[in-house]
Amino acid sequence: MKKLQNVTIRGTKEGLTLHLNDSCSFEELKKELQWKLSETSRLHDGNQLIKVNVQVGNRYLTEQHADELEELISQKKNFIVDSIASNVMTKEEVAKMKQEQEIVSVTGIVRSGQVLKVPGDLLLIGDVNPGGTVMAGGNIFIMGVLKGIAHAGCFGNSEAIIAASVMKPSQLRISKHINRAPDHYDEEESKEMECAFINEDNQMMIDKLQVLMHIRPNLTRLERGR
Amino acid sequence: MGEAIVITSGKGGVGKTTTSANIGTALALQGKRVCLVDTDIGLRNLDVVMGLENRIIYDLVDVIAGRCKLHQALVKDKRFEDLLYLLPAAQTSDKTAVTPEQMKDLVDGLKQDYDYIIIDCPAGIEQGYKNAVAGADKAIVVTNPEVSSVRDADRIIGMLEKEEGIEPPRLIINRIRSHMMKNGDMLDVDEVTAHLSIELIGIVADDDEVIKASNSGEPIVLNPNNRASIAYRNIARRILGESIPLQTLEPENPGVFKKIKKFFGVK
Repeated sequence: MKKLQNVTIRGTKEGLTLHLNDSCSFEELKKELQWKLSETSRLHDGNQLIKVNVQVGNRYLTEQHADELEELISQKKNFIVDSIASNVMTKEEVAKMKQEQEIVSVTGIVRSGQVLKVPGDLLLIGDVNPGGTVMAGGNIFIMGVLKGIAHAGCFGNSEAIIAASVMKPSQLRISKHINRAPDHYDEEESKEMECAFINEDNQMMIDKLQVLMHIRPNLTRLERGR
Repeated sequence: MGEAIVITSGKGGVGKTTTSANIGTALALQGKRVCLVDTDIGLRNLDVVMGLENRIIYDLVDVIAGRCKLHQALVKDKRFEDLLYLLPAAQTSDKTAVTPEQMKDLVDGLKQDYDYIIIDCPAGIEQGYKNAVAGADKAIVVTNPEVSSVRDADRIIGMLEKEEGIEPPRLIINRIRSHMMKNGDMLDVDEVTAHLSIELIGIVADDDEVIKASNSGEPIVLNPNNRASIAYRNIARRILGESIPLQTLEPENPGVFKKIKKFFGVK
């Protein structure tokens, strides 16, 4: 059994790092992991929880494989899996990731009954009329009047924001939060551009656009030129 | 080769049929050969507004089913020498009796013989709407200056913009009550056009005479002095490519109106 080192365990400040060989079979790997772990658990006997980072190298892990690994490691009490890192992604995952980070720009009017949905951020140059809906996996930026419904972070990202030149929505949704418009808009409309976001108390807030750089600094994606 | 214009609105009761009848008649007054097509199968009334109801022998469904020739079903308007015809809808079938492809063939056939085909679309966005739009080259959306009607117009414009082979739709704001608009109790013309952001081709005042005219089967455009009539005539001229400024929307002043009537009476 002890012919090859398929599993190497290293202790770090944060906890343990498991390096798993990526050229053996998964079954082999599991067997050796089980055996190694039963050894190590004798060494760490305290009640202290130990974080485990798993590095699988160039092995592609399906979700099922990842679950199996996690289960195996968690069987040893006081081990918790912090992360499982692999160098390999499928093309679909990459495409999805890329889409989710892209800003899609659209010019036109989203009219009553129409739904505009993008996986990443949305830049709409035009209005959203009442009865129209815009949805985005990320943020929504509208250069125009928002009179319909906007749903940012529609796959569950409550960090997402909605910004519009003129904010007169019938409904704002961010992730699972829904906010309804006041029944009447004031006659003297505010000339400032506004944005909507979820604050620390899980409340939807509408504020002037300038606060964004403080509350969502990660919206800045400028990397070069700094 | 003529062009087919569909008159639509989404919402019912905004004045599609009245508008179709009057634009068609106004184009005939300008010397164009016009065919009105009623696609509201099951609930026809363009024939009533035109005063041609009792001359109907065959209808649109008969033509499509091959029970008669196209020219047999066309009802000639005697007020115009060979310029204005109506293809009535059937009253006994329903909208599923016709498919969009059949409608397109029919309208393409009519385009050979007429300068303008005015298609009166039924309310709604279902089969009847799809049939009406199928053969059209251009579209005119009719709306009233009220929120519900504008909302439906917005929906229809969105659908028309997705339709292939139709030019961007143009807008008629119908049934304007100038005193309400002036007081801000009604959406004003600029508000509606800004909201829908399509080209405005005409505004028509709400006038009692229009209803009277419809009831008597005489389209209002045949009365040269009425403000709604002038509005429809202007729309027809804009369709022909003339550029005419919009009417001013002064509330009718009885004093001035009586004077004008008197003036014409004396004459």
